[in-house]
Amino acid sequence: MVLKEALVREFDELLTHYPDKRSALIPALHRVQEENGGWISPELMEALAQYLDLSAVEVFGVVTFYPMFRIRPRGKHLVNVCHNISCDLRGAQDVLAKVCDLTGATPGGTSPDGRFTVATVECQGACTAAPMFELDGVFHENLDDQKIEQILGGVR
Amino acid sequence: MSRPTYLLDRIGPDSHTLAAYQKRGGYAALRTALKGKTPAEVVDVVKASGLRGRGGAGFPTGMKWSFMPDPAKDKRPRYLAINADESEPGTCKDRVLMERDPHGVIEGVLLACYAIRATTAYIYVRGEYRLSYDRLQAALDEARAAGLLGRKIQGSDFSCDIWMHKGAGAYICGEETGLMESLEGKRGHPRPKPPFPAMFGLWGQPTTVNNVETVFNVPFILERGADWFRSMGTKASSGNLLVGVSGHVNKPGVYEVPFGVSCLELVDGYAGGVWKGRKLKAWFPGGSSTGMLPGSAIDVPMEHDAIKNAGSMLGTAALIALDERACTVRAMEVVARFYDHESCGQCSQCREGTQWLSQIFHRIESGRGRMEDIEMLATLSKSMAPGKTICALSDAAAIPTLAVVKHFKDELEQHVLEQRCPLADPHAAKRPAALAHSH
Repeated sequence: MVLKEALVREFDELLTHYPDKRSALIPALHRVQEENGGWISPELMEALAQYLDLSAVEVFGVVTFYPMFRIRPRGKHLVNVCHNISCDLRGAQDVLAKVCDLTGATPGGTSPDGRFTVATVECQGACTAAPMFELDGVFHENLDDQKIEQILGGVR
Repeated sequence: MSRPTYLLDRIGPDSHTLAAYQKRGGYAALRTALKGKTPAEVVDVVKASGLRGRGGAGFPTGMKWSFMPDPAKDKRPRYLAINADESEPGTCKDRVLMERDPHGVIEGVLLACYAIRATTAYIYVRGEYRLSYDRLQAALDEARAAGLLGRKIQGSDFSCDIWMHKGAGAYICGEETGLMESLEGKRGHPRPKPPFPAMFGLWGQPTTVNNVETVFNVPFILERGADWFRSMGTKASSGNLLVGVSGHVNKPGVYEVPFGVSCLELVDGYAGGVWKGRKLKAWFPGGSSTGMLPGSAIDVPMEHDAIKNAGSMLGTAALIALDERACTVRAMEVVARFYDHESCGQCSQCREGTQWLSQIFHRIESGRGRMEDIEMLATLSKSMAPGKTICALSDAAAIPTLAVVKHFKDELEQHVLEQRCPLADPHAAKRPAALAHSH
């Protein structure tokens, strides 16, 4: 597999920000993941490694260190429920239960219809608007049951 | 009592745009400095102001800048890295500045670069802060188009580039050397110090790492003077700071206060008191890595030394309140799980210790605790800290553990004696079992 032409052009520009190639790795992985439906396949890791003059295992080592990178396919939509202290104190477990109930996914799993993957994540920096989840990269804060129903009900 | 404010004053509906920023006098401090001040003079003003870093350690900013080598003797390229990897649980103050006042951040970055004679800066934003990233990137584009960024800024001899760099969810990258490793495209493994970043930083070159709120203060200091800055706060900690108040309060929020304001006033005044008419049982003064204090000890000034004397740390000034029905063991179960998840794994004390702490708190909270577990929490923590590992993540797990054993030992014992959580939410049984690590 090779990187899409548009991504390569984007990365050529990205490389000008840094004195070495490797430093572009994490921003590039974000873009690769975004363009691949939210996960990074071994083939894409190899292709990016080749582009950045790295070995595939170096890329794999970085991918698996960072929680935002996923190495397996996920549902069409990703719900990351924060379960750290400030959210836990204001009902994060109830939020998780409600999200699982509405989507049919178990924590860490994907709904049978493949529409939603639900994950628990550590502090997202929305502590003063807890509880919260992040849906496809967008923060939703001060959640209650009604608000969760409204948000997830509006997802296509 | 009304107190002077400045940090959040500009915030409004369109405050993230260059037009709004310039209407409020934005980039005047940069223009003045480029015309009339040498980099050394900028460092001197910041030194005189007493500005201390807002990222948790409280190190004097001017002094940190002066650690950069003399450019006449050391010709290597030099860098500024902005730590916008805000990840300490309870902390969400830099996000407010980046989302609502990104040009204020950029002006601070440019002035810091000028002071340390760096021509390249990287803003390392945690990957989850998408809006912060987008707003800063849009502001950088505006600044570049207006000649405020790039070659020969505003017709001066000062050239500077600022690049956005996105993290990917690892707490350890908020540690300055972990951040540098991550920026270099590696796993975020902190480096042993020395060598310090000023001598061996990004790509081995002289580097300063500053927090977002720290550099955000700099344009104000240059515009209004060191004496004005020192007129707020305390003798040892001048200026205002942003405090996040979260947890069991009526009005959680990010509030601007002078150093030294009482934490009692933060909870009862700014944050509208403990919710549901309850009493305060416990509180973290500065994020989850600072030791919990009992509610009875809330009337303490929010300031480095006072909180230290009270037995904890100011940290990132992120106050997390627990009401009288909250369980401190449950709180520590969550906190310990977090540090277990975030340990980078380099040092055995931390890699093993955080895992053990997490397992022990989980065991006690779920009604399977043993009396010797409580002693084990303490002895284990003492083997993890202080200063036994490359970075302070191990300490960050050990410190709140020692605090709960000290202040809430009776609650730990009650859990063991009753073989259950005496404060457990009766609804908890129907909840799904959350995965500690979902990838």
